[in-house]
Amino acid sequence: MPETVLETQGLTMRFGGVLAVAQVDFRLASHELRCLIGPNGAGKSTFFKCITGLLQPTEGQIFMRGRETTRWPAHQVASRGVGTKTQVPSVMDGLSVFENIWLAARRFLPPQAATRKADETITRLALGPIARGSPGRLAHGERQHVELGMVMAGDPWLVLLDEPAAGMTGGDVERLTEIVEEFTRTAAVVVVEHDMQFIRSIARIVTVFHRGAVLLEGHVDAVLADPAVRSVYLGQAA
Amino acid sequence: MREAGWSRELTGTLVAAACAVGVLPMLVSTYTLTVLVIYGMLGLSLGLVWGFGGILCFGQAAFFGLGAYTYAIAAINIGESTVPMLLAVAIPAGFAALLGAMLFYGRLTDVYLGVITLVVTLILHRFMNATAGSDYVIGNARLGGFNGIPGFQTLNVPGHPASYVWGDSLYYFCAACLLLVYLLVSALLRSSFGRIAVGIRENETRAALMGYDVPARKTVMFTAGAAIAGLAGALFANWAEIVTPRLFSLGQSADIIIWCIVGGLGTRIGPVLGAAGLSYLKFLLGQQGLIHNSVVSGAILVLFVLFLPGGIAPVLANAWRSVTQRRPRRRSPRRRGPRSSLASGDA
Repeated sequence: MPETVLETQGLTMRFGGVLAVAQVDFRLASHELRCLIGPNGAGKSTFFKCITGLLQPTEGQIFMRGRETTRWPAHQVASRGVGTKTQVPSVMDGLSVFENIWLAARRFLPPQAATRKADETITRLALGPIARGSPGRLAHGERQHVELGMVMAGDPWLVLLDEPAAGMTGGDVERLTEIVEEFTRTAAVVVVEHDMQFIRSIARIVTVFHRGAVLLEGHVDAVLADPAVRSVYLGQAA
Repeated sequence: MREAGWSRELTGTLVAAACAVGVLPMLVSTYTLTVLVIYGMLGLSLGLVWGFGGILCFGQAAFFGLGAYTYAIAAINIGESTVPMLLAVAIPAGFAALLGAMLFYGRLTDVYLGVITLVVTLILHRFMNATAGSDYVIGNARLGGFNGIPGFQTLNVPGHPASYVWGDSLYYFCAACLLLVYLLVSALLRSSFGRIAVGIRENETRAALMGYDVPARKTVMFTAGAAIAGLAGALFANWAEIVTPRLFSLGQSADIIIWCIVGGLGTRIGPVLGAAGLSYLKFLLGQQGLIHNSVVSGAILVLFVLFLPGGIAPVLANAWRSVTQRRPRRRSPRRRGPRSSLASGDA
């Protein structure tokens, strides 16, 4: 059985009286690609934020590669090699695309190596034509790619992608699928997504969130055929 | 490429500074120029913290005042000026490190940060005003309440307490200090630390998700700014030969912010020019009784915010570029654009 790289036990997040994440037990194996689906407000993004340290969970524990990381600040989690793409693209608008990616690489590499890494990442993601401009002027889909470049430049072993396909056109989504496949060669990947087309094209194991808890977990075909899933998720989406 | 850019910039800065330092005394008295240079340094300190670190500190005057008071108190107790000068940098820096750590590890941002730094300044202002009488003594130095502390040893040649640095020499000394600080700030902003600081200014969450310790880095930036303000304060004490609680006043804090906005936030030279220019204007206006100073600075601030929100420095930089680029271009401007936006302020 492959090594477990990410595990949560009884992870719970309350905002006042609202239970956003309820007792979630989650396990992810190395090099696994997992999709999280569920209706809006199911707690997927909150779950992500607890893992990355942007939110401190109310209860429960998080383990990464056997080490407990519960309540670690975000920068410490990231320094362990966790790359995160947030739901709304989080990029540095006042800097160029190159500088955005350079800063991500610089965290783990000396300056010159970071420059090489940034150039390499830009080539891999075909960001060349926009590399010298600011990401502030780009379309949503392109900003997503810039953010993916920042994740990639850090060479993470755990990649968390929150709605990477949002705002992307058909061609972009195809490119994204390739990028995600590429990530799985070196990392375990968790993707939160609404785009069913995209989910079907990449997913193997899918975890369904509903009202903060895990409703079901299983192979993509089985999950999407499940009547309970269809009623909570696909039913509402339609 | 970067090394070449740095040496070109270094030469340019040195030449420009030498010209300015040499020519200005023909137009304005060195006594006035000295304080303009000191205010330039104070402007630069907030320009660094706010313009590049994204930390809006309403209390830069606190570090300026602390530097001045530290110098005065230490000079009375020690006599020779070298150690007091060093203390005047170290004590505001230490105070800023503590205050900054509390603010940044407490995740205070934006308006809360502004309010707290402002309140700290007001507390110091109140406190220093209330220190009249013989109960408030540090060593041999009486704090003196609203009268302040006069009569301390002013700057001397290190090791020779009787050879004072004053008048024209003080002016050249202050100018050299400003140049040195300016070059150190430039080097800091070119370093990875400076580039990451600009990244934090742009997007703190992203910087944290990249793995950068945002509170620690902001604390360091805040401390660097306070050290510069402290040095400016010590030089001011030497120029004025008295320190008073007015150094901590609300007006002083507001002035520094206005200098930065008018000069150009996110540039290095902007706050220096803004500080020197507006202070000189204030000096000229002080010689007439028709219109009050603060009305004019307020009007200038409003006009700049409305019509020139980027400040003077970018305008000057553009003008300079359009002059120099009339000749055939030797290097592609595209190459300069993004790199220089990080090391920032072509001006």
